[in-house]
Amino acid sequence: MIFNKAIKGVLPEGIMTFDEKYYNIGFIDQLSYKDTFVHRLDPRAKLIATLFFLFTVVSFSKYEIAALLPFFLYPMLLMTIGEIPFMFIFRKVIMVSPFAIFIGIFNPLLDSAQVAVFPELTISAGWISFLSILIKFTLTVSTALLLIATTSFPNVCHGLRQLGLPSLFVSQLSFLYRYIFVLMEETMRIVRARNMRSYGERGKGIRIFVRIVGTLFIRTVERAERIYFAMLSRGFQGDMPSLKRFHIATGDIVFALSVGVFLYVFRLYPATQILGRFVQGVFS
Amino acid sequence: MSHHIVEFKNVSFRYPDGTEALRDISFRITHGESVGIIGANGAGKSTLLMHMNGYLMPTSGTVNIGDLYLTRQTRQEIRRKVGIVFQNPDDQLFMPTVFEDVAFGPLNLGMDETAVKERVDYALNLVNGLELKNKPPHHLSSGQKSAVAIASVIAVEPDILAMDEPAANLDPRSRRLLINLLKTFEHSKIIASHDLDLIMDVCHRCIVIKEGIVIADGPVSEILTNKILLEENNLELPLSLQRN
Repeated sequence: MIFNKAIKGVLPEGIMTFDEKYYNIGFIDQLSYKDTFVHRLDPRAKLIATLFFLFTVVSFSKYEIAALLPFFLYPMLLMTIGEIPFMFIFRKVIMVSPFAIFIGIFNPLLDSAQVAVFPELTISAGWISFLSILIKFTLTVSTALLLIATTSFPNVCHGLRQLGLPSLFVSQLSFLYRYIFVLMEETMRIVRARNMRSYGERGKGIRIFVRIVGTLFIRTVERAERIYFAMLSRGFQGDMPSLKRFHIATGDIVFALSVGVFLYVFRLYPATQILGRFVQGVFS
Repeated sequence: MSHHIVEFKNVSFRYPDGTEALRDISFRITHGESVGIIGANGAGKSTLLMHMNGYLMPTSGTVNIGDLYLTRQTRQEIRRKVGIVFQNPDDQLFMPTVFEDVAFGPLNLGMDETAVKERVDYALNLVNGLELKNKPPHHLSSGQKSAVAIASVIAVEPDILAMDEPAANLDPRSRRLLINLLKTFEHSKIIASHDLDLIMDVCHRCIVIKEGIVIADGPVSEILTNKILLEENNLELPLSLQRN
């Protein structure tokens, strides 16, 4: 089968990356349990700040570039104070960037109005909107990643719950977090067992793969049943209980306010232009 | 006290696929007793445990926990009295942090915040796991997971503790710690296990099940020394008895 052959070439690497993926998720999880000023902030403050940040960035017009640049300050600060390695976030952003690139790649062709960038140099307006999309993408994705890397997932869930998200959604999220590691370990075990007994090529075809997915599904259903039994045994009656755990501190209020002011100022005033004029004034 | 008894009277259970897992099982466990339930793989040990808090309902016969007969109406009440610790702690620890997991039961009982926190500290302290409080379960070792799983059940303060293979997956030292811990509990204990040395250390009485039938019920000292009976049930003499 041609299809089979195509798969064969790809799979061994695919398997390697499965292990890698696992440790990657583990890494972002480890990062989120650090103890820095950013990590200690109330998750609600961070959630709201991130949300407003995203809205503000997205609200700029499609040809905007210069006014977006100051917004890099926010993820940069989070990264530095939160002690998150730059390369880690950078690699993740690159990894998902094809989505943004495909959205904007045809803009230069579709939007061919000419714009002067420098004297004597004109390019099509599409290039500018393409660049704008890439910048917005980098800002939003890196900020969202930083939120996850600086807030442990259980805390994100608590924050969401306290902000009024229905408990059903929140418990789905926390189960997802709790069992993604268990499920991945289980998958890793199955994939390893298969590799050890497939002696090279046989056994790595798509049909075996489908069966493995089937096995995994059945095991998951069985596990879900056991978990449900465990929940019932401890008095579960349909409602996930939760405890209030966070108390807003001054630091949280200061953080939220300064993010608010930062966003407001840079959204409404063309800060780069003002700064440029100021520098011009100094030198002339 | 008579209300901590567990009594099975002529209990039979048939799974929907027709497998007869329990056949006419009767026994009575009184307050404070420690009972080991042993038998070959597939003899019905786990099925038996699942009847103790009404996850499964007997096809015929009655289960009596304390003063309550097990029915769909009394199930919730009975779950408060009987705490079950599962074989695989990953099934038992379903909340994202240890604290929330141990707090799950007490919160479901409707306890208030400070009482819940005290209860969690108490239960974790009992299993020497206080420093694990804020960790997510996937950062724990198997031994720590079992300890937390026990704490999560203890936190509800059940009268009766039922355990399925509590020492599976534990290294020898963790197993020894678990045995010492179990000895300190004054609850009625029901332990299903293949680890006969553990049962010999912790329990006073032993029930042997074969194909869903009770074939022996007596003091540990009698049953665990009966080589023929054990070997008929795919078991062996406890290691500590094999040496002499």
